[in-house]
Amino acid sequence: MNYLRYCVVISLLLVVSGCQTVPKDAFKLSATSLQDRQLQSRMYDTADEIALLSAGIHVLQDLGYTVDETEKNLGLVTASKHADAVNSGQIAGAVFLALLTGNVQTAYDKEQKIKVSFVTLPSKKEKGKYIARITFQRTVWNTQGQITTSETVKDKEIYNGFFDKLSKSVFLEAHQI
Amino acid sequence: MNILKIIFVSMLALTMTACVSTRHKIIEGGNQVKLRSMQTRAFDTTDKNNVVRNVIATLQDLNFVIDKADADLGTVTATKLSGYQIKMTVSVRPKGKTQTSVRANAQYNLEPIQDPVVYQQFFSALQKSLFLTAHSIE
Repeated sequence: MNYLRYCVVISLLLVVSGCQTVPKDAFKLSATSLQDRQLQSRMYDTADEIALLSAGIHVLQDLGYTVDETEKNLGLVTASKHADAVNSGQIAGAVFLALLTGNVQTAYDKEQKIKVSFVTLPSKKEKGKYIARITFQRTVWNTQGQITTSETVKDKEIYNGFFDKLSKSVFLEAHQI
Repeated sequence: MNILKIIFVSMLALTMTACVSTRHKIIEGGNQVKLRSMQTRAFDTTDKNNVVRNVIATLQDLNFVIDKADADLGTVTATKLSGYQIKMTVSVRPKGKTQTSVRANAQYNLEPIQDPVVYQQFFSALQKSLFLTAHSIE
């Protein structure tokens, strides 16, 4: 009787998890999508899209990224880099846990891959001006090779930092959109 | 006891058929047409480049990072990471003399997305970006 009960529960779990369903909000514009767009975009007083794209590439190179793909007819540059993801706090935690449990296999974040797409788009509101938009995304692996984080980066400082450098590179002032 | 047994057997049957049967439907003629029609919309414009640029902008609004794009072929491939992975390809091509058609297909982790709502949401975001109405194709 008990055995059968377990079977029912397990098969119920299987039915529930068998087909993965897409999260309901995955393709819905989020409430913050306008703020996100403003955070990730700046408008530049230039009609030279190629110069803006090329300035973006230079800044990405300065930041240690390698360019993966470019399509100048669509104003697109994609780039990526592998970086350290070791966080000293997390290591301390892992060591503490290992001391406590005797389990030396405690994992901590080790490595991350950051992917970027940099896109230029003619402004719909102001003719002759271009909007540059950059988006960062990262995947973090721990010491056991498991993915611990996969996310879109939304830190303000990162975007502000990028556009500060881009503005210097194109000798133009960036305007909030 | 008997009820439990029946539940168990039906669950087992469900587990085995749930995913397999939908996957089989993809290669069936009727459903392929259905899939294509829910993944495709037509817009009243002939400016292909502008449509592709708006596809890129829409994908960025939806938190995708663009992997690659080709202006001549009108294709854009992008990935969204948010604890899960969604990979999407959108292809844009001229349709007749006055329209442009946009076809999208997406994959959630390892499974292709066949939920019409997902594509409706994507095209609804795209038509806002384009200031044009998305027409269903038959």
